[in-house]
Amino acid sequence: MSRILLIEDDHSVRISLAKALGRYGHDVASAPSGEEGLRLYREHAAELVVLDLMLPGMDGFEVCRRIRAAGTVPIVMLTARGDDIDVVSGLESGADDYVVKPVEPRVIDARIRAVLRRGAPDRAGRSRAAYGDLVIDRASMTVTRDGDAVAMTPTELRLLLELSGSPGQVLSRQQLLESVWEHSYLGDSRLVDNGVQRLRAKIEADPAAPVFIQTVRGFGYRFGPV
Amino acid sequence: MRVESTARRWWPRSLRARVILAFVAVAMVAATAASAAGYIAARASLVEETQRRAVDAVRDQISRLAPEVEYPPDQQSLDRLRISLGEDSMVTYEGLTAASGGALGLISDELRAAVADGDRFSVQRVVDESGPHLVMAAPILLTSVDGGQRASGIEVYVVQGLTPTQAQLDQWTRVVVLTIVGALPLAVLLALLVSRSVLRPVQRLAHSANQLAEGNLGTRLTPSGRDELADLASTFNDTAAALERSVGKLRDREADARRFVADVSHELRTPLMALTSIMEMLDADARDRSPEEREMTTMAVDRTRKLARLAEDLLELSRLDAGAVELRPELVDVVHVVADTVRTRGWTDGVVLVPAEPVPARVDVRRLDISVANLVGNALRHGSPPVAVEVRAEADDVLVVVTDHGPGLPEGVAPDRLFGRFYKGDPSRTRSDGSGLGLAITLVNARLHGGDVSARDSDDAGARFVLRLPRRLDDEADIDEDAGIDDDEAGR
Repeated sequence: MSRILLIEDDHSVRISLAKALGRYGHDVASAPSGEEGLRLYREHAAELVVLDLMLPGMDGFEVCRRIRAAGTVPIVMLTARGDDIDVVSGLESGADDYVVKPVEPRVIDARIRAVLRRGAPDRAGRSRAAYGDLVIDRASMTVTRDGDAVAMTPTELRLLLELSGSPGQVLSRQQLLESVWEHSYLGDSRLVDNGVQRLRAKIEADPAAPVFIQTVRGFGYRFGPV
Repeated sequence: MRVESTARRWWPRSLRARVILAFVAVAMVAATAASAAGYIAARASLVEETQRRAVDAVRDQISRLAPEVEYPPDQQSLDRLRISLGEDSMVTYEGLTAASGGALGLISDELRAAVADGDRFSVQRVVDESGPHLVMAAPILLTSVDGGQRASGIEVYVVQGLTPTQAQLDQWTRVVVLTIVGALPLAVLLALLVSRSVLRPVQRLAHSANQLAEGNLGTRLTPSGRDELADLASTFNDTAAALERSVGKLRDREADARRFVADVSHELRTPLMALTSIMEMLDADARDRSPEEREMTTMAVDRTRKLARLAEDLLELSRLDAGAVELRPELVDVVHVVADTVRTRGWTDGVVLVPAEPVPARVDVRRLDISVANLVGNALRHGSPPVAVEVRAEADDVLVVVTDHGPGLPEGVAPDRLFGRFYKGDPSRTRSDGSGLGLAITLVNARLHGGDVSARDSDDAGARFVLRLPRRLDDEADIDEDAGIDDDEAGR
């Protein structure tokens, strides 16, 4: 049972999807426009936002940026254009995952649950580890840098936990897609690249010369060595 | 081609070298011809002048000395006459001869005969080891009282060396040769200057043509002067402008097509999304309904799914056609990707993966996945299990071979037609799970990778589809968005 905010302008999609997600046990509030969505977002205290990108008035990208600016609530975007550029812009605006319409509600439900699971405390290591000025607390699911808390979306946090869980070891994009995004199919590695970029922006002193999360050309990413 | 290149080995490849060589050759031929013509003319006039002067001198001498000769002469008077004529001369009168000098051997019988025949003055040029000589011969004539002249029988021969003249000529030859040799560096220098001024516009043209070929369609030349090269420059500019216009038009049209596909995509996917949501709920509630309603619901759910699939394939193909698809190559193990394709679609029962060593290749994972899924899906629908999937490297390519155990390819149909749009393998089968676009999508994706896909019957019945993609292991380009910092990291 999680509070979901659905922002979708098409009436039939909004009604049917809200109902279907409700059947999967979610408490769904829905809005037909970005403006209305942002208002509801504050009232409803949503734990996750399902956001259509093509909206009249304020578009989905802008809504995405505003929600991201306000906090770390995860966002799953719905795109109907099937355009690569939509996906890339959506991810850059701060979305955690995306699905292309048409998609069965059970797939969206699976994606929602996967995204929410990322924020759950780590079962494996309930420990606190410090890497230079970066401290990762797996029990409280918090990250601090120079003593200041770093606000992270569940996706960013899980990605950091996966990478720092095996320091010095290279993880391929596909591995990360499966472990962080729980994509069982051969998914879109742009999710990983975009997640890494956002993570670097938050924890690296200079994101252009990363220390913590390093690119291993042609293979994937590696945490450290710090 | 080989023969020609061998035959023309002496002819340099570079235009500059050819221009220089041609210019120098022309300059040298002209210099040599002019010098030679001048030399020949000067030499002729010098020889003529020398000869005329010698002949005049001897003639004067004879006409001055002749009246003093007693007639008929005796040996003494012949000697006197000979002494007056100087060294290398000879005077004869019937049996008597007065001669002195070493060059008298040059007097030929021919000359003697000519004098005997009554020639008034004969001249012959003779060359021996000491150089060229002029041999002159004249009879002394007696003038009678009535003014008539008759031969006295006294013959005078004088030999004169031409060595000084020859020395002069040799000097001239040296000057001419030196002039020609001296003209060579000058000609080369001029040729360099000329070739530079001629070739600079050509080089500019070549540079601009390269720019154009690299896609800088705004490239233009500044025409200078009014020569043929200036014409060429303005022709080049016209061509570039025309190219830019038509490419611009094509790009606009392509952009329109892409926009259209994106719009159609949105218009089609949105109602399908609603339909899919509704169908899922109807399906979930089906157990509360009558068997007839349940059947209808199942049918509607199935058709909706098929419609969604068809729309997906149609839009994918339209996007590919509109050029709205960008390849995102990534270095992956193709064996692993293909195994995932089969596993994630739940096909493990009907499909046998032939064990293989990893085959790394730089491919777009999503497109490879779609392509292989379409081939395997097609084999499962139209062939019979087990479907064997094999991945192997061959030269610079990676091959994904999908073999089924069905009846093989339809008879009388060219295998290429199978990759056409909406081609259905079996005309009698009206219903099929496939959209009829799967193989077409595989073909377009293969071509997008610079590869290909083909179909034929396998050796032990069944159809065999082979997807061939270049591995591109040498390519540096990858999809790392932060690729620029990799080199820095490598140093750490």
